Amino acid sequence: MPNVSFVAPDGATITVDIPNGWSVMEGAVKHGVAGILAECGGACACATCHVFVDPAWLGRLQPREAGEDDLLECTAVERAPNSRLSCQLRVSSALDGLVVHLPERQA
Amino acid sequence: MSVTHRIVVVGAGQAGLQLCETLRRSGHTGPLVLVGDEPHLPYQRPPLSKKFLTGELDAVRLALRPAEQLAKLDVALKLGTAVLAIHRDAHEVALADGERLGYDRLVLATGTRVRRLPAPGAALDGVCHLRGLDDAQAIRDRLGAARRLVVIGGGFIGLEVAAVARGLGKDVTIVEAQNRLMPRVVAPLVSEHYARVHAGHGVHIHLNTQVEGIVRAGEALAVALDDGASLPADLVVVGIGVVPNVELAREAGLHCENGIVVDEYAQSSDPAVLAIGDVAWHRNVLLGTSHRLESVQHAVDQAKNAAATLLGKPVPYAPVPWFWSDQYDLKLQMAGINRGHDSVVLRGTPDSGAFSVCYYEGTRLLAMDSINQPLDHMLARKLLAAGVTVPPTAAADPEFELKTLLPAG
Ligand SMILES: Cc1cc2nc3c(=O)[nH]c(=O)nc-3n(C[C@H](O)[C@H](O)[C@H](O)COP(=O)(O)OP(=O)(O)OC[C@H]3O[C@@H](n4cnc5c(N)ncnc54)[C@H](O)[C@@H]3O)c2cc1C
Ligand code: FES
Repeated sequence: MPNVSFVAPDGATITVDIPNGWSVMEGAVKHGVAGILAECGGACACATCHVFVDPAWLGRLQPREAGEDDLLECTAVERAPNSRLSCQLRVSSALDGLVVHLPERQA
Repeated sequence: MSVTHRIVVVGAGQAGLQLCETLRRSGHTGPLVLVGDEPHLPYQRPPLSKKFLTGELDAVRLALRPAEQLAKLDVALKLGTAVLAIHRDAHEVALADGERLGYDRLVLATGTRVRRLPAPGAALDGVCHLRGLDDAQAIRDRLGAARRLVVIGGGFIGLEVAAVARGLGKDVTIVEAQNRLMPRVVAPLVSEHYARVHAGHGVHIHLNTQVEGIVRAGEALAVALDDGASLPADLVVVGIGVVPNVELAREAGLHCENGIVVDEYAQSSDPAVLAIGDVAWHRNVLLGTSHRLESVQHAVDQAKNAAATLLGKPVPYAPVPWFWSDQYDLKLQMAGINRGHDSVVLRGTPDSGAFSVCYYEGTRLLAMDSINQPLDHMLARKLLAAGVTVPPTAAADPEFELKTLLPAG
C-alpha cells in the first residue's frame, strides 16, 4: 500500500498507508490526522482539506480541475503555488512516499 | 458543567460522532457513550445517493471514522441498540437490550426518518425509500437488473438518484407533485435549469402529478398517476422528505415542535438534555431565526456548539448554513437561507452551465445558490458571515469581483 506523510506546522510527521484509489484526505481521516477537517467528506465543496505538497512531488500530481482551483481561493490559510485539496489527490503507486505539509488551520 | 461528566449521546450519525470527537479533543475526560440503533459504524449519508450508488465508494469508505479511531478516542460504542425511553428524574436512558445507562448530560442526535409514500403499494417489493446505508444497498442491488426506474419526488435525493441511474443507462422518470423541481428550496430559475439538464439527459419529468398507488404487474410494477397514466417500473425510489425523530424527547416531556426545540447553545427545555443535528429545532443568532436544517454543515457545526456548552464554555450558535448537491456534472452549492426573500438576482447565464442566484430581502443578501461556481459560493459564505451585503447591481454583474467586498484581514 502506498504511504503518505503529513507534516504538521511544528514539523511533527505522521506517515500512513493509504489504499490505491483512495484520496489522500480519506487516508488522513482514517488515521486521525488532526490537521485535515474534510467537512464535506471529499465532495470538493468545503476547502477544509487543504495541504501544501512537498515541492519534490509537485510534478507527479494530476493537475487541478477548475472547481478545486476556485475552492483554493478560499482556504483558511492563504493558498500557495503548491496548494492542493487533499480530497482531490488520488493515491496510486506513483505517489508512494508522497509528502504533504499541513496548514496552521483549516477553518 | 465539567470535563468529568458522564455523557450519553443517542444517535451514532454525523452529529453524534462529531460531538464525541470534539469533546475528546477539547479535553473531556469523563465517560462518553455513543448509542446507535443502526448496526454500522457512524457513516456519511451524502454519498448514499451519489458515489455509493454508482459503486464508486464502498461501505468501508463511507465510515466517518474506522473502529480503531473510535477506540483511540475512548468512546464506548453501543451499536445496533435503540434507546427506548428517557427517565429524566433518574437521569437514565433505557436501551432496547434492557440495559439502563445513567447520564449527567444527555445529547439527542436522533436525526430523521423518511416520510413513507402515503399511497397503496408503498410497501411492495421493489419500492424503496432512501435514508440509511441498508436502504442504499437495497437500491444498489436492484439497480443493476432494473431497466426502468420511477423516482417519486423531485427533491435533492430523488434528483441525485435519477442522475446516477441515467449514468448507468437506465430509463428514468421523475414524478413531482408540485409545479417544479426542488420547489421548497430553490428559485424557479434554478428549478428550470435542473429540469432542462435532466430532460437533456433523457429523464422524463411529470410535474403537478400525484401518485395514486403502485401495483404489481407481472414481473414489474406499475405506478398509477392521478392524470390517469400508468408508468411501468422495475424499481421505484421514493424521496418525498423526512420526519424528525422527536418521539423519545416528546414522550419524556421535552418541548418539541417540528423538531426538538433547543436554544443557541443546543440546550433543550431540560438543562441536562441537549439536541443536535437534523432533529434539532434550533436558534441561529447570525440569522436571527429558529428552524430545523438537514445538512452535514449543520450537524458538524452544532455538534461543536454543543461540545462547547458541555465543556462549560458556551458560545452562541451563528454559522452561515451551507449545503451541496451533485447531479451529473452540476455542483449546486447553497449558502445562507433564502426564506423570506422578496427578490432574486441572476449572476451569470444559465446557458453557460455556470451561474449563481442571489436571494434578497430588500437590499440585504440572504442567500446564494451557485451552480458550478464554487468561488461565488465560498465568497458568499464569507460575506454572509461578515454581515456584508452585495449591492444587487454588483451581484448581477458577473465581472464584479465579490472578493473586493470582503472586510480586510
Ligand atoms: C441520501 C442522502 C443524501 C444526502 N446528501 C447530502 C448532501 O449532499 N449534503 C449535505 O449537506 N447533506 C446531505 N444529506 C443530509 C445529511 O446526511 C444529514 O443532514 C446528516 O446526516 C444529519 O446528521 P445527524 O447526526 O443529525 O443524523 P443522522 O446522520 O441521520 O444520524 C442519526 C442516527 O440516530 C439513529 N437513531 C434514531 N433514533 C434512535 C434511537 N432511539 N436510539 C438509537 N439511535 C437512534 C438513527 O438510526 C441514525 O443512525 C443527505 C442525506 C441523505 C439521506
Ligand atoms: S473534503 Fe471538502 S473540499 Fe476536500
